[in-house]
Parts: sequence; structure tokens; C-alpha cells
Amino acid sequence: MGRILSRINFRSWKFLIGLIVLVTWIYCYVANQDITNSVVASGMRFAMPLALAAMVGIMCERSGVINIGIEGTMLLSGFTGFYVASFTKNIILGLVISILTGVLTSFLHAMMTIKWKMDQIIAGTIINILASGLTSFLYKQGSTIPNTWPIFDIPILSNIPFIGHAFFSQQGPIQYLGLLLIPGIWVMMYKTRWGLRTRSIGENPGSADTAGISVIRMRMINVMIGGAIGGLVGGFICLELVGSFSNNFTAGAGFTALALMIFGRWNPLGAFAAAILFGLAQALATQLQIFGINNVPNQFITMLPYVFTILVLAFAAGKVRPPAAAGKSYEKEKS
Amino acid sequence: MALGIGAILIAAQGHSPLKAYHVLIIKGFQSTVGLQSTLSKAGILIMAGLAITVGLRAGLFNIGAQGQVLSGALAFSYVGYRIHGLPIWIHIPLALIVGAIFGALVGGFAGYLKASRGVHEVISTIMLNSIAAAIVDYLTQNQFKLKNQPNTRTADILGSAKLPHIFGYPTGFLIAVLLAIFINWLFKRTTTGFELESVGRNRAAAWYAGISVKRTIILGMVFSGAIAGFTGGIFTSETTGYFVPAFYSGIGFDGITVALLGRANPLAIIPGAIFIGGMRSAQSAIQFEAGVAPDIINLLLALVLFFATAPFLAKLIKSESKTLTTTSGWGS
Repeated sequence: MGRILSRINFRSWKFLIGLIVLVTWIYCYVANQDITNSVVASGMRFAMPLALAAMVGIMCERSGVINIGIEGTMLLSGFTGFYVASFTKNIILGLVISILTGVLTSFLHAMMTIKWKMDQIIAGTIINILASGLTSFLYKQGSTIPNTWPIFDIPILSNIPFIGHAFFSQQGPIQYLGLLLIPGIWVMMYKTRWGLRTRSIGENPGSADTAGISVIRMRMINVMIGGAIGGLVGGFICLELVGSFSNNFTAGAGFTALALMIFGRWNPLGAFAAAILFGLAQALATQLQIFGINNVPNQFITMLPYVFTILVLAFAAGKVRPPAAAGKSYEKEKS
Repeated sequence: MALGIGAILIAAQGHSPLKAYHVLIIKGFQSTVGLQSTLSKAGILIMAGLAITVGLRAGLFNIGAQGQVLSGALAFSYVGYRIHGLPIWIHIPLALIVGAIFGALVGGFAGYLKASRGVHEVISTIMLNSIAAAIVDYLTQNQFKLKNQPNTRTADILGSAKLPHIFGYPTGFLIAVLLAIFINWLFKRTTTGFELESVGRNRAAAWYAGISVKRTIILGMVFSGAIAGFTGGIFTSETTGYFVPAFYSGIGFDGITVALLGRANPLAIIPGAIFIGGMRSAQSAIQFEAGVAPDIINLLLALVLFFATAPFLAKLIKSESKTLTTTSGWGS
């Protein structure tokens, strides 16, 4: 505990924001429990897909590959997952297909960036354009899935005051899975040999190679694990959160996720915290809109995540340090 | 190759690929009407491609041409319908310049964010696309909306803001080709072009040579945005005559395909633009006559882009393949 406390910089602006959020939260909770609970629950529903998408970015960039194709990965996997689920009336099969699609898409991305050493930004853009072209071409209206996953409370845990309601109630299974997955990735990244290797090839692939790590193979694996998570997010949105596929349903979420990744300094837990902050803000704005408290035109509400992304990047990106080798394809020196 | 994969996909949906491509060629390139519309679209695409090209040369990947086109087009339309009594040779240039300025503002903002705050332009311009779309949507639904009209649109632009046709063929194409020649000259012969290119090739070396890298990055984005805004103006002036946001969808992204096809060479992008212009102008015909969903064109273009930029193919084709590089990490 003391170690954690000594790490917190009490004068940093992030700490202040956290404090303000916490105080407001408790105040609202005391004032009106039901509304606070529903806002927090919907905030978590906004936050989780973004947080998981940010994990994709972290997996890739920690190993030295910039992935701006997250958007396209989610779009494609949501598409295939939804249509398989609607065709076979089997949601679980749909989710499996989603994840497989994610892996395949990222395999293409990995081939382009790692094997063929294409420009990583262009490779990601190709994935995005390909995904939106393919899905809008094959899109047919009127398909439905039998049902989405039920929303339920986790026993015991959901009774913890404040936190219980935020994390453990009124959500579906993938949401809860995400709660396990994100700390899991953090542990893998910082506490295992695999994580150390991943981080080393993202920082200095040359010396990692000298130490006997196969840079190309590690990068391929990381990008594809990232793709599996991206596929999960696509399935998550289409099969659990929304329950349908619509053209371009991602609407820039893949890019917002990258901003959250940067905001969280390429750390899974940091990105998750950033996503929660963002999700709560979004939920609050929506709630205010419903109550008619503010009469801001809805275009400006739609604009919020984009403005947020730019602001975060403008005020955080300059000071943070990305993995040193992110964006550079690795070429083995010839002897 | 892209056409081959496209054919398989069309066949998979139960339509005849041959018929679809036949319609594509007839509608796009053979009839006079088709040719006019192809050239008009090609002109727009050349300009959009130029906007991206200028960025690429300076090492900037301007994905946000879409938002810049929209802002430029709305600004153009406003000047086009609001200011009365100007002769055509003042009204058109004035409106176009205002359009270009608005495009440049959006682009320049992304450039400023990159130069001073280190925000990667791909993300900032994508976000600015959405922001510009939302603002433009808001303005067309409120302040700029044509009254007593069920549709959200602005008023028609005045006759003095419409580009005349030359012998029935669109002027925009001519302007686009001239612009391409001008940009080519700019990069080959002027200091500004040289500075942009040096920063694109090697930022550190450019800095050692005494070029202000930050200024040049902003300049590159301003320039790129200005061309995109200009494109929006020309498109409004020549094709639609009033502003509805949906008209402009896809221009910026086709511009990316065009620029990458032409390997960021101002003159080499022209044939690619004509090809894509043809596909775009046959887009609705392909649905009516061959029964294929018009989105097939988007798909084909994505495939074309993939095969055009995949280096293993570039090696086969043996074109002077300067590999395009825009990535240099998030930091700088």
C-alpha cells in the first residue's frame, strides 16, 4: 500500500481529475442512486470496447508495429460474426468467427508490415479501406440475430458499494471477460518472459535479436494476438452491445482507442483508466441530452469523442514516449 | 488482379461479372455523356490526388482530405449564393479562394498539431474529418439551410459562380491538369518545393541544412488542405450547384487511392484518376444494368490500392518504385 501511495504524484493534473471525478461520483450516488447507476453502467459499456481496442494497439506497438487498422479489423470481424450468428442462429459460433476474422485480418496486416516491410500507416489504411469496402458491398439489410447475450449481475461482487455497481452489474458476459482480460494483459506484459521479450523488440529489436529473440516471429505473434482481441471487440459490439451490424458501426472508435492507448502511456491499466474516464464523460453527455438539461445540438454531442481524441493527443502525446521502434520495420543485418 | 478478385465476388453474388465490367466500360468511357462525366469526375480526383500528393511528398499522410473538401465546398457554396452582382471572372475565383482558405485552415490545424505538439497527422486528420462533417452538417441544417425545403441543402449558387463548359466538356478537368503541371513545377523548380521534399525525405538532414522543419510541415498541410478545399469548390461549381454533405462522400479517400497509384508524382496520377473517374461515373449504371451493388466499386478500389502499394508487386512491375514512407513513430 505504501509503495502504491508513494508512486502517486499528488500534484499531477491526472490525480486532480481523478479526485474530481471520484467526488462527483460519490455526490451523485448519494443524491440519486438509480440515475448514477445507470449512467455508470452505460459509461462502462462505452468504455469497454474502447479499452479492449486500445489493448490491440498496445499489443502491436509494444512489439514495434503501429496498427491504425484496428478500425477495419473491428468492422470486418463484427460483420462476419454478426452474419454467421444470424445465419446459424448461434451467437457463440458468431463470436468464434469474429475472433478468427480478427486473427486473419491482422495476419494480413502482419504480412504487409513485417514480412513485406510496407509502410505501416499505409498498411493500416489499406485494412481500413478494404474493410469498409467489403462490408458495405456485402451488407444486406434486415438480418437479425436470435438474441443478444443476457445482461446479469455478478453475485456478491455487485454488492460492493460504489465499485460493485460500476464494474459488476447490468452487463453482458464479454464485458466481464474484458475485466479479466485487461489485467491479464498487464500481467503478461510486465511479469512474464514473453512480455519482457515483447517490450524489448519494441524498444530495440537489434539487441533483442542479438540476444537470440526472433524479432519477426514475436512481432507476427503479437500482432495476431492483437487481431484476436480486435475480433473479440467487433463481436462484442455487434453481438452483445448493439445486437446488429450497421455500415461503419465503428465510426472512428479504432482511432479513439489509439488516443486512449497514448493517454494511458502504452500501459494496459492506464489505457483502461483513460477509457473509463472517456466512457463516463460520454454517458454523462448522453444522459444530459436525454433529460434535456442542455440544448446543445446533437451534432456537437457526436463530435465529443473526436474532439477529446485530438485534445488528448495534443496535450499528452508530446510528453509521453512511445516504444522506440514503433513504426520501423526490422531488417536483419547481413553479415 | 483486383478486377479478377472483383469478378469472383460479383459472381459469388449471382451476377455476371462480364456484364458488370461491360457496363463499366460502356458507361465510363464510350458514350459522350459517359466521357463527360468521367472527365468531370477525373478532374476532381486529380485535384484530390494532388492534395494527398503534396502531403506525401512532404512526408505527411493527409487522410483528412475528406473534411477539407467538405469545409471548402461549404465555404464555396456560401460565397457562391450569398454575394450578388459580381461578374463571373471575379465571383468564381473569389469563391474558390475562400473555399481553399477554409480547406487550408482545417489542414493547417492538423499541421500545427503535428509540428508543435507531435500529434500524428493520420489520427488528427481522421478526427478532423468527423468534426468537420458534424459542423458542416449542423450548419447546413440550421444557418445555411434553404428555407421552405424539405431536404437539407443550401440555396443554389448563382450563375456567376458556375464554371462554364468548353465545347460541352468540363472545365474542371482542364484546371486540374494545369494544377498538376503547376505542382510538378513547384517540386522540380522552386525552393518551397525543395524544402517540402527535403523534409519529406529526411527530417534531420533538412534541419541541418537550415530548413525550418516545423514551418515546412505546417506549410505542407496548409497547401494540401488548400488544394482539397479548392477541389470541393470546383466540384460544387461544376456538378451540383448547391451544397449537400452527402455529395462529397468518398472524394478524399479516392484521392488517396489516386495519389498512391501515381506514386505521389503529380503528373503520373492523371491516368489513375481517369480510370477511377470512369469507375465512379459508371457506378450507378452498374447497379441498374448489371444488378450489382454499387459498393463493388469501393471494394475494387481497395483492392487496386492494395496491389498498387504492395511492394512485392511493385518489384515485379519494375516501376521506379520509390517506396512511400510516412511513418516515423508517434513522437515526431
